[in-house]
This record gives sequence, structure tokens and C-alpha cells, in this order.
Amino acid sequence: MTTRVLVPSGVLGLGFDRKALERGVAMSPDIICIDGGSTDSGPFSLGAGQSKYSRAATKSEWRALMQARAQAGVPLVIGTAGTCGTDSTVDWMYDITVELARELGQELRIARLYSSQPMARVADALAAGRITPLPPAPEVRLDDLTNIVALAGAEQIQAALAAGADIVIAGRTTDTATIAALPLTRGDAAGGVWHGAKIAECGALCSTNPTSGVIMVDFDDTGFTVEPLAEGARCTPHSVSAHMLYENSDPFRLFEPGGYLDVTGARYTALDDRRVRVEGSVWVPGPYTVKLEGARIAGYQTTILAILRDAHYARNAQKWVDRLTGFLQSEIRTRMDLSPQDYGLEFRLIGVNGALGVLENRTGDPVEVGVLGVITARSQAEAAEIGKLINPFVLHYPLTDDEELPTFAFPYSPATTDRGALYEFALNHVMALDDPMSAFRIEVTEIRAEVPA
Amino acid sequence: MTTLSTSRIGDLVLKVRSKNAGPFWVTIDVFCDRRDVFDRLVQTLTTERVAALYKVAPDQLKRFDIPDLRVIKFSLPRPVVQGSASDRDMHGAQYAALLEELTL
Repeated sequence: MTTRVLVPSGVLGLGFDRKALERGVAMSPDIICIDGGSTDSGPFSLGAGQSKYSRAATKSEWRALMQARAQAGVPLVIGTAGTCGTDSTVDWMYDITVELARELGQELRIARLYSSQPMARVADALAAGRITPLPPAPEVRLDDLTNIVALAGAEQIQAALAAGADIVIAGRTTDTATIAALPLTRGDAAGGVWHGAKIAECGALCSTNPTSGVIMVDFDDTGFTVEPLAEGARCTPHSVSAHMLYENSDPFRLFEPGGYLDVTGARYTALDDRRVRVEGSVWVPGPYTVKLEGARIAGYQTTILAILRDAHYARNAQKWVDRLTGFLQSEIRTRMDLSPQDYGLEFRLIGVNGALGVLENRTGDPVEVGVLGVITARSQAEAAEIGKLINPFVLHYPLTDDEELPTFAFPYSPATTDRGALYEFALNHVMALDDPMSAFRIEVTEIRAEVPA
Repeated sequence: MTTLSTSRIGDLVLKVRSKNAGPFWVTIDVFCDRRDVFDRLVQTLTTERVAALYKVAPDQLKRFDIPDLRVIKFSLPRPVVQGSASDRDMHGAQYAALLEELTL
């Protein structure tokens, strides 16, 4: 059976072509699927359990998708709602959905799929030998994690759809799960389904017009066909096959709960100048494991930024920060009774090796150097205190004892900025499940139109 | 028109792109565009040299030469885990510069 999946964009919050979305709705899709998250912007979202996108952008785009759903009369699914897909961001997305349902006068059945993992479940699985590290995995330490999520696959989305949901708000899922769920239920070829889902998960990134967002994928029993819906956008065998490279450490294999996709034998054929047909991808079933993600607070940070424009200092910036660091460590020891093991103090030279650090292999003669001081301490108060202590020296410290005190450029006052908690990713593991639903739960709610009094 | 007498990778190829592949890996794609450029890179760009550039052991570096796409792909464990205190490039997109500037 052919299953037509409309993907409006690679992520909710980045925008999409509204005309192309209209075109997609007119083509009678069977389901509308969009991704809501990623680990790509770092550990903060997961650590804090917050969306990285603004509520306003999310609500504006979700409104258009809820209207498209009502018009098409098919389910709408968002995976990894609120960037990280914790229970808190699923509920955040649910609040937005209820608010919009009221504004749009829609009656809805909403299924929430929760992916957050209680510490005890993960600890039990660890003790039972059901957690396996993926290289390079950090050592498992569960006691101080602020959030753990498991990445749901197609089975959990299928369960939410089976509850008769008009809208599924899913917590953490794999990038592909929401797209793969319905075609798999309807018996389309698993190799083609997972491959097509991977190609479509970033929206129109697999086309010649990546920012247009909207694409359509038709799945069937031998493969899939992908078509971008924006005016002038095209998919070519090259643009489609090259997408397997994207953010993927292995371009031929993609691991999912319950197996992996192998695209070594995939054949890409241009059907015309916009649509590409793909066949020959293989799904290899395996043990049912779900990937875990976790984050913890690794300290609290305060930063300071000084700009060295004086040519003498710009030229000798590394020498200056080396000398300054030694001096500051001793000041911090004397005045705060802290040894360098108790805190982090790092100066990064913007204009010298700010992005690459020790990997940088080029040298130049910078006009100016930005010195970004990063303090990491056990509490925000301690980090802020170190920041205040070092502030006058970052401003005035001389390169040698026998020169006049310099004064560098501080771009703002106060010179220090408290950054709050520093989170770090703490898991790169998979957890084995006997039943795909045993680590997930679904809650179904009916939203009724408000009857005027 | 690119000539094969040039030996800086960035001048030979269409694009060098790097990006995180999850928080623990970074992946670098060299889009050669032309078959002769791809063939030359496959022959002359050694895995050892790329590993040294990113200061990882050669056996830590995964390499894929993909003739159909005229792409060479390298994946390596991130030198620092994404978002950790010492990470300087959250999205890993600047790692590409090192390979782009490498001279064969």
C-alpha cells in the first residue's frame, strides 16, 4: 500500500514555505510529520529540560501545521518536542497545542508520548547488564543527572497513533521514527521506509533548495519516491544520496531501535527533474535496544571578555595569558583559598585559535585579539566571585614587570557575565527492552470546543 | 576551472563540510565534485595524515571513499565532547577548515 508522508520542515521553529505546505495538503497526504529537536545545539536543552526555540516561533509554525492537519484530516506528529524531548518539553508543547486548539476552535484527541527515564529504571537496567556503551561512551554515573531520555522508535509512535490521536506530541524519538511509523504499520518495505525517513527527516535539505522545507515522500512495497514541494526546488539522485552523509558517522548504516538500515545496495533514479525514486535499501532486524541520552550540571560559569588592540600585546597574547594565568592562580589561592583543581580558568584567544584551540596550525598577525576568560566553578556565587577577583588584572596586567600598566578594552560593564549552569552530555549508551513500550508511556487527552455561556 | 596542479584541498574540491554526528562524533565530508579530483585524493590523502591533523590515532578515524558521490568521508570521536567545558565549537562545523587548508 502506498503511504504518503508530508514533512513540512527539518525542525519546528526554523520556518517553512507556507505555499509549499498548501500544495502538500492538496496532495492528500496520509500523515504530517515533523521533528522538534536534536542534540545539535548542545547539552543545555536536555540538561535544563527546556526548548531552545522561542515559544512565539513554535506557536506560529504549529498553528499553520494544526490548520493543515484539520484541512487534510490526517494525523499530525511531532517527534522530540521542545528540542530535547523530556517530559517537561512535551508538556510545554502540549500547552501550546491546547492554547491553539482553543484559538482555532478545533476539537482534538491528543496523545502525548513520554520518553523521560526515571533514574531507578536506568539503574536497574544497568545492574541487570541491559545497558551497553557505544564508543566513545563516558563512564555511567547516574546520581547527578538532571534528565535522562530514551529515543523512541517507530513502535511507540505506532502505539500513539493506534490510540486514535489527531495529534501526537512525542518526547525524544530517533530523527526518523515519526516518519517511519505509519508506512511500517501499513506494510511498506522496511528498508525503503527507514531510508526514506532518513532522507526526509531534515525536510528539503535533501533537495537543491534546502531552506524551502517542505517535501513529500511516497512509500510502497519496493521503495520510496521523494519530491520537494517548493517552487523551483528539485531532488536529484545526487542530492538525495548525499543526504545519507549528513550528521551521520557511517553513511551506509543507520541504527534504529530493533535493527539497522543498510543502504549499500540502494539505487537512486531520477523520475523527472524533481522527483527521485529509491529502491534496494535493506532493513536488518536485531535486538530491541533504545539509545539513552542524559545530561548533568558540570559546574557554573562566569565569563569575561577583553580586547587587546595594542600591537605589542596582540602579538604576544599567548605569552600574556600564560603569565596572567599563573599570577591569577596564585591570587585566587591567596584570597579565596582555592587551588586550581577546585575551579577552571581558561583564556581563549579569539583571532589566534579561538575555534580550534590546540588543533589550530595556522599563525598570523592579528590586528586585535579577543581574550575570552571562562571560569567554571562549583557554584554560581563562586564563579562570580572569581570573576570579580580577576577583573582588574584582566584589564591591567602587564606583559613584563618593567612596563607601564596597560588598559585593555572591555566591551561592557560589568565586565563579567554569569552564564548559569554548564551542562554536559553524560550517556552514549543503549538500553535493551523486552517490550518497546516498557520504557515509554502514552497519555491521551480529548480537547472539546468551549461552549459559549 | 580548477586545475590538478593545485595542491591545497580547498582549491581542488567543491566543498569540505564538518558537522557533529551526535555529541560524541564529528564527521567531515569532502565533496570532490570531479572524478579526477576524487581519484587523486583517494590516492594521495592518507588516513594517517588526516588523523594527525585532528590529533587522533589512525585507528580511531573511520574513512569512507564513495565513488558514486565523489565524496571522501571521515568520522572521528570528537576531540572534546560537544558542550563540555573545553569545547570551543558546539556544532563542530569549523573542524572542516583544517582539512580544507591541508596541502597534498
